[in-house]
Amino acid sequence: MKTAGQKNSTPVICAKLGITVVMMFVFAIFIMPPLYDLFCDVTGLNGKTGDALSKDKANSFGVDTSRTIKVQFLATNNENMPWEFGPKITSVAVHPGEPTVINYMATNTTASDMVAQAIPSVVPFKAANYFHKTECFCFNNQPLAAGETTDLGLSFIVDIDIPKHIKTITLSYTLFDITETAKATGVTKLEADKGLSSTKRLSAPSFLSTLAALN
Amino acid sequence: MAHGPAKGFTRWLYTTNHKDIGSMYLWFSFAMFLLGGVFALVIRAELFEPGLQIVEPEFFNQMTTMHGLVMVFGAVMPAFVGLANWMIPMMVGAPDMALPRMNNWSFWILPFAFLIMVSTLFMEGGGPNFGWTFYAPLSTTYAPPSVTFFIFAVHIMGASSIMGAINIIATIFNMRAPGMTLMKMPLFVWTWLITAYLLIAVMPVLAGVVTMMLMDIHFGTSFFDAAGGGDPVLFQHVFWFFGHPEVYIMILPAFGIVSAIIPTFARKPLFGYSSMVYATASIAFLSFIVWAHHMFTVGMPIAGELFFMYATMLIAVPTGVKVFNWVTTMFRGSMTFETPMLFSIAFVILFTIGGFSGLMLAIAPADFQYHDTYFVVAHFHYVLVPGAIFSITAGVYYWLPKWCGNMYNETMGKTQFWLAFVGLNVTFFPMHFVGLAGMQRRVPDYNQFFADFNMISSCGAFLFGAAQIMLLYNVIATIRGGKKATAEVWDNPEGLEWTVASPAPYHTFATPPEVK
Repeated sequence: MKTAGQKNSTPVICAKLGITVVMMFVFAIFIMPPLYDLFCDVTGLNGKTGDALSKDKANSFGVDTSRTIKVQFLATNNENMPWEFGPKITSVAVHPGEPTVINYMATNTTASDMVAQAIPSVVPFKAANYFHKTECFCFNNQPLAAGETTDLGLSFIVDIDIPKHIKTITLSYTLFDITETAKATGVTKLEADKGLSSTKRLSAPSFLSTLAALN
Repeated sequence: MAHGPAKGFTRWLYTTNHKDIGSMYLWFSFAMFLLGGVFALVIRAELFEPGLQIVEPEFFNQMTTMHGLVMVFGAVMPAFVGLANWMIPMMVGAPDMALPRMNNWSFWILPFAFLIMVSTLFMEGGGPNFGWTFYAPLSTTYAPPSVTFFIFAVHIMGASSIMGAINIIATIFNMRAPGMTLMKMPLFVWTWLITAYLLIAVMPVLAGVVTMMLMDIHFGTSFFDAAGGGDPVLFQHVFWFFGHPEVYIMILPAFGIVSAIIPTFARKPLFGYSSMVYATASIAFLSFIVWAHHMFTVGMPIAGELFFMYATMLIAVPTGVKVFNWVTTMFRGSMTFETPMLFSIAFVILFTIGGFSGLMLAIAPADFQYHDTYFVVAHFHYVLVPGAIFSITAGVYYWLPKWCGNMYNETMGKTQFWLAFVGLNVTFFPMHFVGLAGMQRRVPDYNQFFADFNMISSCGAFLFGAAQIMLLYNVIATIRGGKKATAEVWDNPEGLEWTVASPAPYHTFATPPEVK
């Protein structure tokens, strides 16, 4: 039935609305998560510290000896994670621009081989974009044999442009047990090959390759 | 076009008639309403006294979750779709919906979705226990195994809603009678048109978020798993991007129903028709930019808190326009207080109370105190029960004589109204107090000093439940007999649906009416 004001036929309306539906679905799965990550990276929200900074870039900073910033280290075991995990020193005083190396330590106290992943977070959030890591154990997952102990190295540098009011930075790591996931998806190997960074959500392409690997 | 409906069960299985499908939606919705009500009464029975008496905490969690899911997706949304099916073709002078076969399909997948969802209660590990908002990782890493069934049930419901919405938009755009311009459409049609667009925009996001859960649970992705680089807070953002427009999906058609009823019983045309249309559209637009007011406590930067706080408060402006328009419509009208009007007036008053507690919750610093307390429960029940449930009940009483040709029992209707009105306020008003005093929601036990108010709430809940049985009885009695209704039913009501006989013939407007 046609009326005077009618512009589109019913199939055209259905097709347009159907396309909108598909686009919104794609938007939810493939666009919103990366957009959220981008937003968090730009704003430093959630204390996400971003990817590794190259050593050359790090060395190009001058050192601002007029200021001292206290960097504190925390460690948390996620639920049911039995490892002993903690920083070797709890805090260190650094000048902005001064490269610093510290160590965490982890012991697999169980009788089975396990894989762990540490996830960093920085407070205050405003400091997240001024806290650069040149090397971090959190860039890779950590396989430990039963009873094994290891040092986990972290090299960082505080940006000389860090706002004046930030006097203390707290870096926290949460250790997750990813043994099952690593076994199931071969993530360990994937990461070793590609050197995925700490913001390595399995996005659509790697999700598909994971599926392919499963088959 | 003289032929009537087919005989037997296949009439309902194969029907493409908008009136049959509308009736099925409404009956399905009422069944789900009773089921969700039973879940609610389990909750209220457990909370009658402090301490654990009746159910295990694990089962209590499943009850709060299922109550929310069943009421939102099973009772309120299908009821509005049912009313849309019945009334929109008759209101715009169309012979049927634009896509009658899809209409049949979108209804018939719904019972299966709920069969799947409710069956999880009997599975090992129990049903969904993570709240109707199913925050990850509670609904992924820590969920019972039945969560996969829940995910597929949500997928099916989403597909049903999307098909229903496409159908409604196509009907409104293409099936209007000659002369029925957009700005002559009844407000119920307008509010449903806007609601349908909201559904098209956000139901795929809901489908997306449960799909991401599915992949996290079964396919090794880490959308919401921090260990893999994901973020649980992302879940809340995506969920509420769906969830906030969803709450308007549950209220905009209610605005349309009340805007049809109040002018009839005030015997004055609706005040400010075009401002009503624009207010509805503004509310729909604003609903997309306020989602994070549900998550003020996740640790947003101050700029985010302020933006979402102000945007949320902005919604009070178009909503206020609507409330003032309804009040002005009644002002100096020749009002009578039949059952649909009583429900509509209660809607205006109680929805406004719910709106005000919403404004209190919108204040970001204050929300840190109110977050996840019974104050929130009181707020959204004050907007949803008088908002959605009362308006649907009002609509059922208003149009029931048109549907079945008989007048309902007015005394019983008014009695039901007062029982429901008192029951509702006795149930939910004390929740404001216990919430402000710090009682947390979704917990089966509470401190003893909340005991009296909780006992009052529980009594009110059972009273409200009893009132619904009365509605069921009244509707069945009306269908089976009663005083014959005239074609107009009420005193000079506006709208094409009153130009056809009562009961409405199986096929109406086979030739389009002329609209002046």
